Amino acid sequence: MNMSLRRLMTIVKKEFIHIKRDKASLGMAIMMPIVFIMLFGYAVNTDVENIKIAVMDTDHTVQSRELVSKFKNSDYFCPDVYVKSTKELEKLIDNGDVKAGIIIPSGFSKKIKTGKNPQMQLIIDGTDPTIARTALQNGMMLTEMYSVKIQEKELIKKGLNNNKSKNIDVRTRVWYNPNLESTKFTIPGLIGLIMQNITVMLTAFSLVREKENGTLELLIVTPIKSAELILGKMIPYIFIGSIDFLIALFFGSYLFQVPIEGSLFLLIVLGFGFVICSLAIGMLISTIAQNQAQAMQMTIFFILPSVLLSGFIFPMEAMPKLIQSAGYFIPLTYFLKILRGIILKGIGLNYLWKEVIILFNFGMILLIFASIRFKKKLD
Amino acid sequence: MNGEVAIITENITKKFGEFTAVDKLNIKIPKGSIYGLLGPNGAGKSTAIRMFCGVLTPTEGKGEVFGLDVYKDAEKIKQNIGYMSQKFSLYEDLTVIENLNFYADIYSIPKKVKNERIEDIINMAGLNGREKNITKTLSGGWKQRLALGCCLMHKPRLLILDEPTAAVDPVSRRIFWQIIYKLAKQGITILVTTHYMDEAESCDEVAFIFGGKIIGKGNPKKIIEEKNAKNLEDVFIKYVEEQTGEKVQSSFDKIKFIQS
Ligand SMILES: Nc1ncnc2c1ncn2[C@@H]1O[C@H](COP(=O)(O)OP(=O)(O)OP(=O)(O)O)[C@@H](O)[C@H]1O
Ligand SMILES: [Mg+2]
Repeated sequence: MNMSLRRLMTIVKKEFIHIKRDKASLGMAIMMPIVFIMLFGYAVNTDVENIKIAVMDTDHTVQSRELVSKFKNSDYFCPDVYVKSTKELEKLIDNGDVKAGIIIPSGFSKKIKTGKNPQMQLIIDGTDPTIARTALQNGMMLTEMYSVKIQEKELIKKGLNNNKSKNIDVRTRVWYNPNLESTKFTIPGLIGLIMQNITVMLTAFSLVREKENGTLELLIVTPIKSAELILGKMIPYIFIGSIDFLIALFFGSYLFQVPIEGSLFLLIVLGFGFVICSLAIGMLISTIAQNQAQAMQMTIFFILPSVLLSGFIFPMEAMPKLIQSAGYFIPLTYFLKILRGIILKGIGLNYLWKEVIILFNFGMILLIFASIRFKKKLD
Repeated sequence: MNGEVAIITENITKKFGEFTAVDKLNIKIPKGSIYGLLGPNGAGKSTAIRMFCGVLTPTEGKGEVFGLDVYKDAEKIKQNIGYMSQKFSLYEDLTVIENLNFYADIYSIPKKVKNERIEDIINMAGLNGREKNITKTLSGGWKQRLALGCCLMHKPRLLILDEPTAAVDPVSRRIFWQIIYKLAKQGITILVTTHYMDEAESCDEVAFIFGGKIIGKGNPKKIIEEKNAKNLEDVFIKYVEEQTGEKVQSSFDKIKFIQS
């Protein structure tokens, strides 16, 4: 197979002219990473704050008010609604006006003072598990901390200070993202996902469009080789895809304050490789689809599962083995590891070489496959 | 098979699934002739042509273009033919000159002769001064002459034109055919499909296709004599009536709701 540089460059030039003349599509391709990063970056946020809760305080003591203020001072709760009965509380939760409620029964402070276990009730609307989990964990923690503090105070009053209980002192330390902010985890993944979706779409239509316009029939009767056509059509989009990657990277890391811990250069080089990989997927779709509607369907059929299978939202470790292994056939899976590795952990090639090799092979195989699949025939 | 033929086929057949679009076609097109392929819509003209061009692979039968096999040597055949498809298929968002440059470069026309050839084509098509126009904005006649020019770029020995004059006015049609005659005089073989019988009458030879089969062929004048017809249009209609066993007439009488 002897490729002709002249024919290849002719295709490249022609594609650039198409792109230049179709200003709307070009604008879309440039705007998409910005809009998507902002939209998804702000929307995909699993850090729940300011959960609205209702308070039913039947104790009316200093202690009960202190407990409520503990809730208020934490960032997680917003105890602004006061109710008088459980009926009222029920109604608020049913309406969805509040997501949780605390009931402090009368006798709460008395029990604290006498050293008995004080009781209170935390009612949580479990429809949204993320909110419910946050409310449960933090509500429990707050009350526990409070009761321990009170009891200590009482003990000190009684002069029993010196027999401090010898509990095991566990010190946990979270690395890379010490505050467990979900944006830190989401943004690198989002950059990868957005890049994949944009680039696959860039090329998915390139060949079918010519098929529909009839221009492919004329190309078929020329001496063009399939590899020249496939590569020539991809090269302009490699440029656009790389620009998109830089835009996504800049906006993602700047707007959401996710600093890049590792080598920016390495990240850009590997991003470039990933762009080629996804463009090749789009190209493959374009060789299979008969018309643009089919190309669109296939693109969606690929994009939607890749959101889940790549480990973008849910960790792959939590998936059944079969589904996990499906994820290994998606280049995004490896690119996400690279993105999170370089951006969050600051690791380099010495840790990521496996992903890089797999990604490289993916790109080559997809390109060769697309070239072979594309026959210079209409049947 | 023969040194004097441009295209020769033996029972060449194309099926799309169960449907047979071209059925055991035998055709022989002498070099240097203008050969017309006639037949109603859906007869299989375009499908036959696409097999000669190497765009479609035949299902069965044999076919040679300039002695090259349509199965094995499709790529070599492509270097010898210029093909204008039924649908206008130049890049509409490219300018005239960009389209010409594109084809010149795809065919690897040597840089030395490239500009000269492009200039010739522009003159031939009467596109002087319109080089920078976006192709989409050209009128039908110009578009079609530009398309013809593009497929002449690599000096093909055989020109295959699928309904080249379907969408142009009578003046452009006349100009187009004058070009065709000149090309034929230079020894280029021309295979053309058309629904215009005046065009068909000026072919050296024609073949009628119906339902994928050839139902008659020969020199137009001779066919008219044989069929005892006024002109080729009459022949065409007679053929169709023979094949369908029905008089060609409108089924207007059947639309009762308009007449009542
Ligand atoms: N790719 C295809 N798949 C299935 N059927 C096809 C395909 N291409 C053509 N056909 C069918 O084959 C038959 C012949 O089509 P063809 O285009 O060759 O006719 P034609 O003689 O060129 O007609 P027209 O004068 O309308 O151009 C038609 O019935 C058409 O529907
Ligand atoms: Mg046709």
